[in-house]
Amino acid sequence: MPFGNTHNNFKLNYKVEEEYPNLSKHNNHMAKVLTKEIYGKLRDKQTPSGYTLDDVIQTGVDNPGHPFIMTVGCVAGDEESYEVFKDLLDPIISDRHGGYKPTDKHKTDLNFENLKGGDDLDPNYVLSSRVRTGRSIKGFTLPPHNSRGERRLIEKLSVEALTSLDGEFKGKYYPLKSMTDAEQEQLINDHFLFDKPVSPLLTCAGMARDWPDARGIWHNDNKTFLVWVNEEDHLRVISMQQGGNMREVFRRFCVGLQKIEEIFKKHNHGFMWNEHLGFILTCPSNLGTGLRGGVHVKLPKLSTHAKFEEILTRLRLQKRGTGGVDTASVGGVFDISNADRLGSSEVYQVQLVVDGVKLMVEMEKKLEKGESIDSMIPSQKILFLSFILFHVLLCWLVTSWAYLADVSITYFLLKKSNNN
Amino acid sequence: MKMKFSSDKEYPDLSKHNNHMAKVLTQAMYEKLRSKQTPSGFTLDDVIQTGVDNPGHPFIMTVGCVAGDEETYEVFKELLDPVIEDRHGGYKPSDKHKTDLNSDNLKGGDDLDPKYVLSTRVRTGRSVRGFCLPPHCSRGERRAVEELSIEALASLSGDLKGKYYALKDMTEAEQQQLIDDHFLFDKPVSPLLLSAGMGRDWPDARGIWHNDNKTFLVWVNEEDHLRVISMEKGGNMKEVFKRFCNGLTKIEELFKERKHPFMWNEHLGYVLTCPSNLGTGLRAGVHVKLPKISKNEEFEDILKKLRLQKRGTGGVDTAAEGGIFDISNADRLGFSEVELVQMVVDGVKLLVEMEKRLEKNKSIKDLIPAQK
Repeated sequence: MPFGNTHNNFKLNYKVEEEYPNLSKHNNHMAKVLTKEIYGKLRDKQTPSGYTLDDVIQTGVDNPGHPFIMTVGCVAGDEESYEVFKDLLDPIISDRHGGYKPTDKHKTDLNFENLKGGDDLDPNYVLSSRVRTGRSIKGFTLPPHNSRGERRLIEKLSVEALTSLDGEFKGKYYPLKSMTDAEQEQLINDHFLFDKPVSPLLTCAGMARDWPDARGIWHNDNKTFLVWVNEEDHLRVISMQQGGNMREVFRRFCVGLQKIEEIFKKHNHGFMWNEHLGFILTCPSNLGTGLRGGVHVKLPKLSTHAKFEEILTRLRLQKRGTGGVDTASVGGVFDISNADRLGSSEVYQVQLVVDGVKLMVEMEKKLEKGESIDSMIPSQKILFLSFILFHVLLCWLVTSWAYLADVSITYFLLKKSNNN
Repeated sequence: MKMKFSSDKEYPDLSKHNNHMAKVLTQAMYEKLRSKQTPSGFTLDDVIQTGVDNPGHPFIMTVGCVAGDEETYEVFKELLDPVIEDRHGGYKPSDKHKTDLNSDNLKGGDDLDPKYVLSTRVRTGRSVRGFCLPPHCSRGERRAVEELSIEALASLSGDLKGKYYALKDMTEAEQQQLIDDHFLFDKPVSPLLLSAGMGRDWPDARGIWHNDNKTFLVWVNEEDHLRVISMEKGGNMKEVFKRFCNGLTKIEELFKERKHPFMWNEHLGYVLTCPSNLGTGLRAGVHVKLPKISKNEEFEDILKKLRLQKRGTGGVDTAAEGGIFDISNADRLGFSEVELVQMVVDGVKLLVEMEKRLEKNKSIKDLIPAQK
């Protein structure tokens, strides 16, 4: 961020151990990875826009740990952060994204037709469906670091792009700073309005600066497609509706997103993307697809079952309260969504949600009838890449040991028969 | 990257704002100063961020800007001089500030009625030369300030002998005791402070020192490098001020010996983080029971004439409870320490007299003072 000690010219006069943060009480990804050596190596570096290591880690230093969720503890200030601070961010990305390696490639698939099923989740249990992602616009620094001028231009470009949409995507933009009370009330009732961040995870990273300047909400007339401008990312794109038709939600998501991307490309401001990290976003946890596809689903019995957490882990899903990431569940209704972001495509992740939620609803129904669900508990779903690797390794191990065992036994038997 | 944008694109939207910075910062001024920085790298946007993020406060007209180092007041004169003038009663760029920490010069102050005056307190801040201020300092700098402070305070003796409690190592028991003594300061929650970056790296290198008698207290690395506080129950302001001056002068000597004197100049007096605390940085006050006079329609006017201000008993951001007010000097700059404490002593004495009159249903008309 453009304030604080991050651009303090005197800090390099102090030794590494004098500047190295005290992380002894910390529990986040950054604290697990940032040794004094790495700090020493990276502390005098900066990206072309002037983002420093202290900028990257400030939120993790200020927020030692979170009760519900293992936080990342660092943010990017621009596209180049992921390159200049690789030594810190690669291990964090690997830790957070299931062992994703610096050499791995990420696949993008926004072709909704590749999704199987998803139009028949039981609306008696699945109350609503939602898919969201973020996008960053090339040529600008990110929300922790950007200036008012940059933020305003992002808003201008976004408004231009969005107001040119038509058909099911025709809609209107509401800037936060000039919203009327009536508009605000309506947006709150629709569950669309985002507020000034209060979470210290975000405020310590500088994302609330100059609020509410250049922040706003756009949504289509049908209220099923929504874009947040300049909140935690340049753009947050959300497709949602009541009930369980995830297929339709995902279709609208893909179509709308691609239309928007086309318009930005035309203005020479495409989205930040590369073949290693996929879509580049502010928080390393959102790299790859940046996609969180989820439902609000009633699982009062299943959620109190001893194996609930394990089932979620095996299905590669995560639970949250219905108020969002920092909240607890209310009345047995959970927000269930994909846990992964990087290393698998959009279609794959939404498929996991569709299949997983379908299974969990069936389990809930069984438990309602007092029946056991043991036979339904799934095996661990593995990310595609590591699936192959895992099997190859297994085969090699098994074969090697089998070969070794075979040779030893043969030798021993031969020896024995020779001695006789 | 922000310099690539023209100044009108970068100039903040201050249309809904009500603080000193917003009143003064025109687009032309922004344009002139935006490319500057102090030797340590503090920029105009750093100075004003807290004022941009916090449009206005219900109880108090906020300053809306902070200094990141001693040089801020020089490099950004054009913004800060008018803010200082507006905040400190017309104080001009050519004015000189007088420092007087000789408690013998205070007249009276040992006889405020303890039935009304519940407690008495004098505080100030000090900045240690050679380090950036809390909005901008690095962890290394902050830790160095802490180390110097611990060394200096540990060498105090007599009734000033005491102990340092680092926030990060405090035990539960120590914490509870400090809360009960009303000594503990917490991580700032006020957005005025957080937006200026003063909560960074909390609680690293923050701590509290107090003497064994619990009458003299120093906060390390909160809103200023040092906050020095002298306090006790009852109304003996003379004693509180004497201990304040003694302790402060001793501490200043100790820092000078270690080649890190306090930031001071003859125009602005003691240099502190918030422009509102320049000069003496001194707030001398009492918690006093004024249920009747506080409801009198002339109350605000009387306070103004006496150059006093009221706050709730919880501090700057709070409201009064049960008729008990925190009454203190309104000025910081342009008057000496002795002069300011004298105003409090004389003013509170008068207010208590007025309260007693109103209790007997008598008029207070003849007591109303002229403007100081």
